[in-house]
Amino acid sequence: MSVTKDDVRRIATLARIAEPADRLDALTGELNGILDWVEQLNEVDVDGVEPMTSAAPMKLPMRTDEISDGGKREAVLKNAPKSEEGFFVVPKSVE
Amino acid sequence: MTKFSDLTLHDVLAGLEAKDFSAVELADATVSAAEAAQGDLNCFTVIDGERAKVMAEASDARRAKGEAKLLDGVPIAMKDLFAVQGVETTASSNILKGFKPEYESTVSGNLWNEGAVFFGKTSMDEFAMGSSNETAATGPVVNPWRAQGSTEKLVPGGSSGGSAAALAAGISYGATGTDTGGSIRQPAAFTGLVGAKPTYGRCSRWGVVAFASSLDHPGPFGKTVKDTALLTQVMSGHDPKDSTSYPGEVPNWVEAVGKSVKGMRIGVPKEYRMDGMPGEIDKLWAKGVEWLREAGAEIVDISLPMTKYALPAYYIIAPAEASSNLARYDGMRYGVRVEGDDLTDTYEKTRSAGFGNEVQRRILMGTYVLSAGYYDAYYVKALKVRRKIFEDFNQAFEKVDAILTPTTPSAAFGIGSKANADPIEMYLNDIFTVTANIAGVPAISVPAGLDSSGLPLGLQVIAPALDEATMFTVAGAIEEAAGFTAKPEKWWG
Repeated sequence: MSVTKDDVRRIATLARIAEPADRLDALTGELNGILDWVEQLNEVDVDGVEPMTSAAPMKLPMRTDEISDGGKREAVLKNAPKSEEGFFVVPKSVE
Repeated sequence: MTKFSDLTLHDVLAGLEAKDFSAVELADATVSAAEAAQGDLNCFTVIDGERAKVMAEASDARRAKGEAKLLDGVPIAMKDLFAVQGVETTASSNILKGFKPEYESTVSGNLWNEGAVFFGKTSMDEFAMGSSNETAATGPVVNPWRAQGSTEKLVPGGSSGGSAAALAAGISYGATGTDTGGSIRQPAAFTGLVGAKPTYGRCSRWGVVAFASSLDHPGPFGKTVKDTALLTQVMSGHDPKDSTSYPGEVPNWVEAVGKSVKGMRIGVPKEYRMDGMPGEIDKLWAKGVEWLREAGAEIVDISLPMTKYALPAYYIIAPAEASSNLARYDGMRYGVRVEGDDLTDTYEKTRSAGFGNEVQRRILMGTYVLSAGYYDAYYVKALKVRRKIFEDFNQAFEKVDAILTPTTPSAAFGIGSKANADPIEMYLNDIFTVTANIAGVPAISVPAGLDSSGLPLGLQVIAPALDEATMFTVAGAIEEAAGFTAKPEKWWG
């Protein structure tokens, strides 16, 4: 499989990265190089093999659903690019 | 008096205990050395003399009361991926410029709880994506090592290159790193240091900027195997805040160093003998085999048939996880925001300006392999191959106690020398290290010799999951046999 410049534009939109206009050709080539190279995985017979999603054979632990932290509005807002009166200020998102 | 820069972590602890010097004197010397070297090596993103002084004074007070802890008074360099409360933490990315976390990572907290002294944060490849430390927002880090008779600037390896450079230059006495595909072991090999990645889950990932969560392993750099064992011990431990943290006890790994390897079975995997591998790497590996045989270990030829598929599987899994993890950098709650015409435009402008080329490339790759129509062909396929690699190791460890391989396919290379190469050439640096991340097993690099141009090379020991003790024992035997004492000749400020 390989990607076209249009594919790269589409992927960039999905990833919320502005169209890399000046690097589009280069990026398309680089991504195709990587995709060609990972093709070799098709040589491996994985019939009946379960996908491995965790690096250790473990089950995720459960904990009781209770409040363990909080009341830190100032700390949470401290690194906000923009905040006012205890809230994050973000661009308008609902028309 | 001996120069501070020549001391190991255990030397420093002995010196503090014997009152040869105080923690404050040591911290002052460390900060001065860091400031003097920064112009030439560029290995720090932050140098914090004030905090170092406060922590060192507290350490001296504890020691005076006879309450010194395991690392009391020892300056440790922190990779910029670890959140240190109130100190700029950027993952060497422009998108996090100015971010000062209001919390402490568990691993750094564990170090301070044992008395270690913070003095600075070290540069890294942006978001830990790289093998040369050339992609940091603050520019490339320079390896203290140079080839004989040359002044060419070399890379320290990556992504934890700043930590490796700082320790190799004698500025620090231990350093932290993270290893997702080899980012501790490869720079350790390039700078003549020991670098360890314990079993997945031993060191908490809480407060560590995420790259690929199922592959990210925090770990330490040390000047010796014993130093590295102590650091790993202090950094490890169960953390309820990381759901993948291993809940068992942390053994005493320092005691494992110096034990005999007599009767141990050491596996030598034939698949790690790659086409085009420099003869010197092969020779060093053979030497390592001989050292362990002479020390009484039994050498067993083994096969890890899936080895060549580990790197391609990694370059699907790691970008997939990264594209998901890095979705959080949207310019809304922290980090840098570039205002656009509307919300989407703001997201896109922020992320384009904030992420460097390599990070963008990996986000795009990850987005693609997770997208509708490609998910099964790439991502699920890679996860199945991952299990086959994991099973390779399981089968091997039925026959052997540990595995010996080279750490890297070459010594350190020149800054900029791979600038025009395709990305895969850089990725191949991790060919011997990435398998241990895929399988989650502990692995360590030990400096074992110099190549013909006088640059350090490392050997890697891989052990079964949770058996770091064996890893440190075998690493200790190699260290003793290799007698590696070479240091870079000082040319920096």
